[in-house]
Amino acid sequence: MPQNELVEGLGLDEYKYHFITEDEPVFRSGRGLNEKVVREISAQKSEPEWMLNLRLKALKIYNAKPMPTWGGDLSNLEAVLDQIYFYVRPQEKMERSWDDVPVNIKETFEKLGIPEAEQKILAGVGAQYESEMVYHSLKEEWNAKGVIFDSIEDGLRNHPELFREHFGTVIPAADNKFSAMNSAVWSGGSFVYIPKGVELDTPLQAYFRVNQEQMGQFERTLIIADEGSKAHYIEGCTAPVYSTESFHSGVIEIVVKKGAHFRYTTIQNWSNNMYNLVTQRAMVHERATMEWLDGNLGSKLTMKYPSCFLVGEGAHGSILSIAYAGNGQHQDTGGKVVHAAPNTTSQIISKSISKGTGRSTYRGLLKVHEGSVNAVSNVECDALLINDTSRTDTYPYIEIEEKRSNIGHEATVSKVGDEQIFYLMSRGMSEEEAMALIVRGFIEPIAKLLPLEYAVELNRLIELEMEGSVG
Amino acid sequence: MSDSTILTIRNLHAKVADSDIEILHGVDLELRKGEIHAIMGPNGSGKSTLTKILAGHPGYEATEGEVRFHGEDILELAPDERSRAGIFLAFQYPVEIPGVSIANFLRTALQARLEEGEEVDLFDYQDELLERMELLDMEPSFAERPVNDGFSGGEKKRNEILQMAMLKPSLALMDETDSGLDIDALQVVARGINALHEENPDMTVLIITHYQRLLNFIRPDHVHVMMGGKIIRSGGAEVAEELEARGYDEYRAVEAV
Repeated sequence: MPQNELVEGLGLDEYKYHFITEDEPVFRSGRGLNEKVVREISAQKSEPEWMLNLRLKALKIYNAKPMPTWGGDLSNLEAVLDQIYFYVRPQEKMERSWDDVPVNIKETFEKLGIPEAEQKILAGVGAQYESEMVYHSLKEEWNAKGVIFDSIEDGLRNHPELFREHFGTVIPAADNKFSAMNSAVWSGGSFVYIPKGVELDTPLQAYFRVNQEQMGQFERTLIIADEGSKAHYIEGCTAPVYSTESFHSGVIEIVVKKGAHFRYTTIQNWSNNMYNLVTQRAMVHERATMEWLDGNLGSKLTMKYPSCFLVGEGAHGSILSIAYAGNGQHQDTGGKVVHAAPNTTSQIISKSISKGTGRSTYRGLLKVHEGSVNAVSNVECDALLINDTSRTDTYPYIEIEEKRSNIGHEATVSKVGDEQIFYLMSRGMSEEEAMALIVRGFIEPIAKLLPLEYAVELNRLIELEMEGSVG
Repeated sequence: MSDSTILTIRNLHAKVADSDIEILHGVDLELRKGEIHAIMGPNGSGKSTLTKILAGHPGYEATEGEVRFHGEDILELAPDERSRAGIFLAFQYPVEIPGVSIANFLRTALQARLEEGEEVDLFDYQDELLERMELLDMEPSFAERPVNDGFSGGEKKRNEILQMAMLKPSLALMDETDSGLDIDALQVVARGINALHEENPDMTVLIITHYQRLLNFIRPDHVHVMMGGKIIRSGGAEVAEELEARGYDEYRAVEAV
């Protein structure tokens, strides 16, 4: 089978949302990162002094920490960071209703193919456009239940005590170089609070995109699921293509309190010039459950390892991820689970697809602290290679300090087989359709857990990429 | 060539792609509408290669001769084009497609046959799938299982027959469909093929087999014996009985005289 020829024709590397919407930012910081920029950001947001101090301290930590030498190739990153704007605000005020959202921003959503019907189903959408929330509505029933779903700025402004009690407790600035950077310059993101015992049937959704050339995006999200609550937060994003390198570094902190159940679903499809370095972690308390469902497409380099710190007895953490690395892309993803209490359980299932010169890396850490008796964990990572030039690596770090625990690990690498392609073609499918079906089948165990509209969107993305055409 | 001729093979030579190993050394064969043919032969005689060449397997290459399907030369067509033209190959070793349900797989295959802009009607499709499965004595839940993944030998072969029932080819090539089956599974598969042929008497069937036993259940109109990459004898059903009685070695010796 002439697989290389076939794949050349697939056009998988062409980013499908290659468009830019004209708009005029209200405020833009200077290029690069320094104390002046940090002070400007804080002043623009009229923040309390403690937050300014936190930002300044984080900047010092950032400057003191060296670039990571593991993971993907960050050798060009310093130069990239010197050129980017660390803060851009497109609009003065928050939008409350869809009618008030400016036309050019709506156009962007239209181009993303979110049909109007779907927009309405997505009630309670918080759409992050550039660095700030421009559209944010919340279902009335949620209001009545005391649920808070705000921009992170409003969270700080309107719920200062709740905010300060939890901010930076799951991911301190000093956690890593990029969490320090984010803590210094964060802007935009969500603040979510689910009160005790409240269960939400409809997911909370945030759609956001980066749209300012050479603009850094440093969203910060803080979620608190109080005792016995149950909710699902969904975030998806896509970005237009730029000629210069771009950078995204988010921090997502989640506190899942006693007996609560929280799921965080994200599908990211960055343009292939993007460095995407994200820290996301959940602190999972007694008998609580945290589930990460993470899909990574696009970007130049993604380094992202959703984490669960199981700190309460009987806590459960689950990390399910899909990564797709096209030509020239590197997806360095995986998951991290720390068992720090007895009877805690976890699972990591990671599926990666590498095509052309794409590279996917599974990097996982499983740690079981002494005293975490009866900890049970299962790690499974499967890689699918489309071409002979595709690459995958697996780094499953496992540190077990407690003998009375049960850990399983399984890794597989498979290549799309000529016989598979021939079998499907002998049933009438083209090579591209055959390839798309095999890829969809490969990710199916995770894709089936996605909400329907996201599963459909993911399938559509894969089909588009396999067919090399935009609908 | 009469009007009812479906497939004409003339002086077909074929080799393993990217090698000099020739396997077919000049095969001639003509199949007419609605006929059931069987090609019998020992291991290595080239009979499976013939079906692969007909279906367009990229691992084999025709070097000489021609293959006409409904009068059209098909050797330059891709496998999917041949399938859409009406050729179906039931695989000797059906391939696993993890994560893809049979229902989804067949819907995609049917969708591939439609014009751009047309869509398979999901309700009609579901009805037909259930009806076909009933015809083949299959549980409806079978359609939800991933294609051939973890299937027994018998399940794999039945899945091939189900696909044939849904795709409705005008020419069905059965590559050692009896291999690896116990007698019960063999009967189930044979009943399926017979039912489909009864339903559509115009469907032409070419059965490739090492053994005569499948032909106890499916009565062929013509039987051909293949050895050393050529068809060395053609006749009616009695040829299979001859073979059964003598065995290939003796047959080979007798033919050589």
